[in-house]
Amino acid sequence: MIGSDPVLDVRKLIVEFSSEDGPVRAVDEVSFQVRRGEIVGLVGESGAGKSLTSEALLGLIRRPPGRVAGEVWFGGRDLLTLDEAALSRIRGKDIAMIFQNPTASLNPVFRVGDQMLEAMSLHLPEPRRVLRERVIETLGRVGISSPRARARDYPHQFSGGMAQRVMIGMGISCVPSLLIADEPTTALDVTIQAQVLALIRRLARELGVAVLLVSHDLGIISQMCHRVLVMYAGRVVEDATVGALFRAPAHPYTRGLIECLPRLEGDGRLGAIGGMMPGLRSLPPGCRFHPRCPVAEPRCRVDAPLLRSIAADREVACHLAETS
Amino acid sequence: MAEPLSADDRPLTAGDPGAGAAGAEVPAAARGGLRRGWRRFRRNPGAVFGLAVFLVIVAMAVLAPVLAPYDPIAQGVGKPFERPSTAHWAGTDSFGRDIMSRIIYGARVALVVGIVAVLLAMIIGVTLGLISGYYGGIVDTVIMRIMDGLFAFPIIILAIAMMAVMGFGVRNVIVAVAVGFIAPFARVTRGDVLAVKEEPYIEAARLAGVGSLAIIFRHVLPNVLAPIIVQGALRVSGAIITESGLSFLGLGPPPPTPAWGRMIAEGQSFIVMAPHVSTIPGIALMLAIVALNLLGDGVRDTLDPRMRR
Amino acid sequence: MVRFILSRVGQTLAVLFTVSVIIFALMRMIPGDPVLMRLGDDFTQEAYTRLRHELGFDRSIVTQYLIWIRSVLAGDLGDSFLNQERVSTLVLDAFVPTLTLVVASVIVGILIAVPSGIVAAIRKDSAWDYGSMGFAIFVYSMPAFWKGIILIWIFSVYLGWFPAMGYVAPWADLSQSLWRLVLPAVTLGTFFSGLVARIIRSSLLEVLDQDYVKAARARGVRRAALVYKHALANALIPVVTVIGLQFGTLLGGAVLTETVFAIPGMGRLSVSAILNRDYSVVQGTILVGVFAVVVVNLLVDLLYAFLNPRIRVA
Repeated sequence: MIGSDPVLDVRKLIVEFSSEDGPVRAVDEVSFQVRRGEIVGLVGESGAGKSLTSEALLGLIRRPPGRVAGEVWFGGRDLLTLDEAALSRIRGKDIAMIFQNPTASLNPVFRVGDQMLEAMSLHLPEPRRVLRERVIETLGRVGISSPRARARDYPHQFSGGMAQRVMIGMGISCVPSLLIADEPTTALDVTIQAQVLALIRRLARELGVAVLLVSHDLGIISQMCHRVLVMYAGRVVEDATVGALFRAPAHPYTRGLIECLPRLEGDGRLGAIGGMMPGLRSLPPGCRFHPRCPVAEPRCRVDAPLLRSIAADREVACHLAETS
Repeated sequence: MAEPLSADDRPLTAGDPGAGAAGAEVPAAARGGLRRGWRRFRRNPGAVFGLAVFLVIVAMAVLAPVLAPYDPIAQGVGKPFERPSTAHWAGTDSFGRDIMSRIIYGARVALVVGIVAVLLAMIIGVTLGLISGYYGGIVDTVIMRIMDGLFAFPIIILAIAMMAVMGFGVRNVIVAVAVGFIAPFARVTRGDVLAVKEEPYIEAARLAGVGSLAIIFRHVLPNVLAPIIVQGALRVSGAIITESGLSFLGLGPPPPTPAWGRMIAEGQSFIVMAPHVSTIPGIALMLAIVALNLLGDGVRDTLDPRMRR
Repeated sequence: MVRFILSRVGQTLAVLFTVSVIIFALMRMIPGDPVLMRLGDDFTQEAYTRLRHELGFDRSIVTQYLIWIRSVLAGDLGDSFLNQERVSTLVLDAFVPTLTLVVASVIVGILIAVPSGIVAAIRKDSAWDYGSMGFAIFVYSMPAFWKGIILIWIFSVYLGWFPAMGYVAPWADLSQSLWRLVLPAVTLGTFFSGLVARIIRSSLLEVLDQDYVKAARARGVRRAALVYKHALANALIPVVTVIGLQFGTLLGGAVLTETVFAIPGMGRLSVSAILNRDYSVVQGTILVGVFAVVVVNLLVDLLYAFLNPRIRVA
């Protein structure tokens, strides 16, 4: 079910911005892989660099002012070396992306069906006549009732959940091999959330689409993903399968995040991680998490821990995880 | 405190509610911020240029009697239509009057009308806006309807109408120009007052028993002041344009008072043989307007990002 | 949409009412007794009282207003003091050239502003950007009347390409008309373009930052289509409203430009009326002028409602 070769292979991805105090790295040497039919989660607080990572993959970061380095291997090519024309052939066809705010992702002055038609005719060879029918068919497949009528509607006439289905429909209409979902359900009600997530899960399971799911919500990650990467202040601090991560989180930050999840059993108190994630211009020396870490040692203040493998299929960036 | 660079593509904009929207912080920011504001202003080359030219014009206006080489209304100090020379830097007009001196004295009219008209409009407009925004209800509706009506008049046309009613003279020009700018000030103020009105510290003051008038002038006004000042700075150039338009049409300060607009009008018939009569006062006028526009933009860019908006 | 139209029309009527009251009040504030002025040398107490009654000046101010507004709405704006012609004829005859000038200026302005605004936005912070925005500020700051004189000097006197003055109606002789309109339309149009170019630039920049542009790009839409189709369609809509709002300013500018180019429009009419103390004409021109501005604003708002799907298809 899950292929062995990675569909997406990201190696030491860096996203940098120039600021008045010098270059600032919002994404600092992030590496991961996503395989066919696998759902990989990218989790972390706001500002950890998750969205930037996902946007950098498709070359959506405006440079200047941004600067992107590293390698993003997809379909035998490094996407970061491609020019805009080549990238636009891949976008929407081989790699699809959906965003956090679905109604804002649709152009308010064009009809929804026309926008979908535009996306399809960019990548598929069939004549518009045929594609028009396919638009309606796709809308139906993602669960929009009366698709023929709805295709003539404008984005503001769609609810958040419906709009996100439209986005997913647009995304899969060209049968991509990779779907990047950046906080796809954050703006939606819980019930709609479940439906959208189920849709994504079906895509991975039935169509073998590789999915990169970016979220700050550990609950969603635990439901959906096979693997998880935990990001903090631009770096990956833990990389494990979902089961291993939740059973025995190795990084103190991951432990803290899991403790913050409200639970039915236990003493009813909500956990919290004191302090705030540091701004990228005022990063602490050594391990970036040490000021908030409950088990920090003196060497954490000096030495930044590297991402190291502590078991099969498991990597952590923490001095203490190695010893345990 | 340096704002953390959000890892998202967009830097924290001033629209972020955390960026100092709470009015209680604003007066403090204004105090210490004056020096910071000046430093920021200084970085804008256009604004600095605008300020420099503006100061030159002010100097011209204030020191006119000292700076002007000749009496601006004295005819025959030179032969008529003399080209610019060392004796007459801007040449002479059809009556043999020295144009440079007339330009220098013309700065007086322009500045006085421009600044006083805007100040007058500001005082009236802001007061109306404060009352309208704070009290709301029928008072608000009536005032705003009247402002809507005033707003519909193109400023020149309103000024022309006022001149018809009041007759000529500098004082009437000032009033005529001022009337056209009342509505914009009232509207801007009212909008800001409506926003500030909902702030918790206003509620607190009201609960503490502070009288309405005191609330308006001591709490609301300081917090809406910044955009008003910006508006004022931006409108002075408009006021000067209006005044010069009026004097061009012959409705401005009566001759022989030198006014740039009138000087341009007088030179039009002689454009062939003596283009300098129209051209040079026009350059002065244009420099003044460009400078004031740049200055206004600079003031806005300096004040705007630090307070709300 | 219907509700929007109704509310805007209602607003417009309210503004028109306020405007008429303001004009009425202004005219009443003119010093001098109009009855006396009319009688002139034929003054007798009896004739005075009779004429005063005839003209309705012995009634309450509200009644006077109602009488006045009723005749205005019927199309009677009074008679010119000077030559006894009907004011409505005079004003409408003068309004046409002014309107022609304004329309021509808007066309010139848009032709300049749209490309320059787009280029400035696409190549933000480049030489193109600073250049075209600098040019925009430059022409916007030039007083229209002075610019007209300079243009006459260069293009009419020096180069001899265009005539310096005069006006011919487009339907009378199109080529003559256009030839004479070039300089005045460029004078007023460049001013207009200075304003609109900056607005197009900032509107386009704002739109280019929007999520839907990023999402479209992520779908594979090419650069050109992103800008000229997706972004522009959104960016131009608020610009339409701005153009409408500027109609008043343009009318004001036309008044000045007409004087420079000797176009027999509202500007010339109202100024000579003031200098001759022909107050009915002054009142007539101002009334028609402001009413036109208000009506144009309404039309532009309705156009905006039609263009914006959020309002059109509520």
